Amino acid sequence: MKIVVLVKDVPDTWGERSLDPETGLTRRGDSDHVLDEINERAVEAALTHADAHPDAEVVVLSMAPDAGVPTLRKALAMGAHAAVHVVDDALRGADLSLTAEVLAAALRRIGFDLVVAGNLSTDGAGGALPAMLAEHLRVPHATSLSKLEIGDGEVSGTRATESATARVSAPLPAVISVTEALPDGRFPTFKGILAAKKKPYETLTLADLGLDADPARAPWSIMTAVAARPPRAAGTVIVDEGDAGERLAAFLVENRLV
Amino acid sequence: MTDSILVLLETTPAGALANSAAGMISAARTIGTAVALVVVDGERTAVVDGAVAAGAERVLVAAGDPTALTGPVVDVLDAAFERVSPAAVLIPHTVDGRDAAGRFAVRRRLPLAMDAVGIERDEKGVLARHSVFGGAFDVTSASTFGALVVTVRPGAFDARAAAVPQVPVETLDVAASGAPAATVDQIEPADAPSARPELRSAAAVVSGGRGLGSAEGFALVEQLADALGAAVGASRAAVDAGYVAAAAQVGQTGVSVSPRLYVALGISGAIQHRAGMQTAQTIIAVNTDPEAPIFAIADLGIVGDVFAVVPQAIAALEARRS
Ligand SMILES: Cc1cc2nc3c(=O)[nH]c(=O)nc-3n(C[C@H](O)[C@H](O)[C@H](O)COP(=O)(O)OP(=O)(O)OC[C@H]3O[C@@H](n4cnc5c(N)ncnc54)[C@H](O)[C@@H]3O)c2cc1C
Ligand SMILES: Nc1ncnc2c1ncn2[C@@H]1O[C@H](COP(=O)(O)O)[C@@H](O)[C@H]1O
Repeated sequence: MKIVVLVKDVPDTWGERSLDPETGLTRRGDSDHVLDEINERAVEAALTHADAHPDAEVVVLSMAPDAGVPTLRKALAMGAHAAVHVVDDALRGADLSLTAEVLAAALRRIGFDLVVAGNLSTDGAGGALPAMLAEHLRVPHATSLSKLEIGDGEVSGTRATESATARVSAPLPAVISVTEALPDGRFPTFKGILAAKKKPYETLTLADLGLDADPARAPWSIMTAVAARPPRAAGTVIVDEGDAGERLAAFLVENRLV
Repeated sequence: MTDSILVLLETTPAGALANSAAGMISAARTIGTAVALVVVDGERTAVVDGAVAAGAERVLVAAGDPTALTGPVVDVLDAAFERVSPAAVLIPHTVDGRDAAGRFAVRRRLPLAMDAVGIERDEKGVLARHSVFGGAFDVTSASTFGALVVTVRPGAFDARAAAVPQVPVETLDVAASGAPAATVDQIEPADAPSARPELRSAAAVVSGGRGLGSAEGFALVEQLADALGAAVGASRAAVDAGYVAAAAQVGQTGVSVSPRLYVALGISGAIQHRAGMQTAQTIIAVNTDPEAPIFAIADLGIVGDVFAVVPQAIAALEARRS
């Protein structure tokens, strides 16, 4: 079985993340970039299956600038077998539609039985990409899985929405996305980090995929304005001297919050 | 430019109109004619009446298939788009809505604007407003040309539109596209709707963190929430520890809220938690650690033990009431 895990290089949520007011793009210099935590879980889910099924192959795929190499290397160091990195200057500022088109083309080229993505990325938080890929690839999707079973010809799991929890299943090939209810990613071992350097690492351009980013070809979504909100300031901090509960209640009343 | 705004309304597993419907319709009305689209498997009348009561100006109804994941809804969206030629398609930013929006946008080759908290229209077309990086940035997006598909953050639109008379109701007969879909083998409605307000749209939220220590301790959060008529939220640490259901998680990977009042109990205020609540109007925090980062954004910070401070606050509120 060939499992392709979609990994995204995102600004570290632990740092200050910022957008360039001119271009609307993430300012890379302002924060460290990391493998998104939800994608560590996605890689973990694929590796757990591969641990028990030695014939399974785990490929990680990312569309990211050159600076995204360490993210793919980390997934290799965790244990993925091969990496595919789509990188092209014309993809700067790509919207969801172009991203989906590019990743779908890469997936067709790589071949897959199962595609595993995160349910939501911490920078875009669009959460639409997995279903978009399934539509491009004409395969079923099963998204937001909080429990996962990968079978021979089928994937199934528990899908929690805002209004219900469902058991869902799909024949392979399929695209799934997982939630943070799945286990944390394993830490790369020293041996894993060394081994990662020797693993296949393929770099693809738009031309390799037979695509272009021509703005006249299709409608794109663009940012028309970006503004930073002023940071929030702290108010009063008091230390409880036995009456803080009463002071809390008084604050609510004074500010007409009850 | 067409005036119609197609709005996909969600229904609950029990077949009722989802709470997000009214806000979505009123948002559509501010930029055009609200054409509501409902996909129902059973009894239609209540859902259609609900859409009309919420201010829809035209209603399209189609049959769904609850055993196939997303596929039938996308076929219906596609047929409705064909019939209406709208300037924008509004879809709830929920797990189901995101999937439907994603597939539909690819099928029709339309651009997507995700998680909008505002919607406007100028001479060039529809604009979606987004709150990015936990509310640190306001971003506006638009389509380079043609219709925009917008997923709308539930709870972000609290305006309500008045019903209009004589709303046309049309049935859409949709041929299945046969696009492969996952099977829904079994479905359980989420916990019975509680008497508490819904987290996403609540005017007040009381959240608890690891500092509550246990599921029993977490009951204190619920007590203060009830005293304030507030919704209950939580940090990821409280969810991971099993004090409360995952649906209550506020933050980067949970729900984003912008209530009038946010009370954080036993929550350190990690950056990922703040990302989901720092746009609240007033923030109150109770934490034993004077260095907790939550105090950097609290309007009222109390360095104290939640088990001492909160019961006293509840008693004081009750005393004032009686
Ligand atoms: C990619 C990513 C996404 C994340 N998404 C989210 C998210 O959506 N939401 C989220 O919340 N977190 C999220 N996190 C986790 C986040 O980093 C923190 O781990 C989490 O918010 C901590 O929760 P907490 O404040 O309850 O726990 P802690 O950080 O352990 O804080 C508990 C606090 O309780 C206080 N306390 C203890 N006892 C008492 C008492 N008796 N009275 C008063 N105070 C007391 C302590 O002083 C402490 O400050 C995410 C992390 C990552 C990496
Ligand atoms: N540029 C990308 N490269 C690879 N995978 C991606 C990319 N963008 C999104 N994904 C995948 O899609 C998931 C959901 O992302 P999003 O739709 O941005 O919330 C992520 O967790 C990834 O698995």
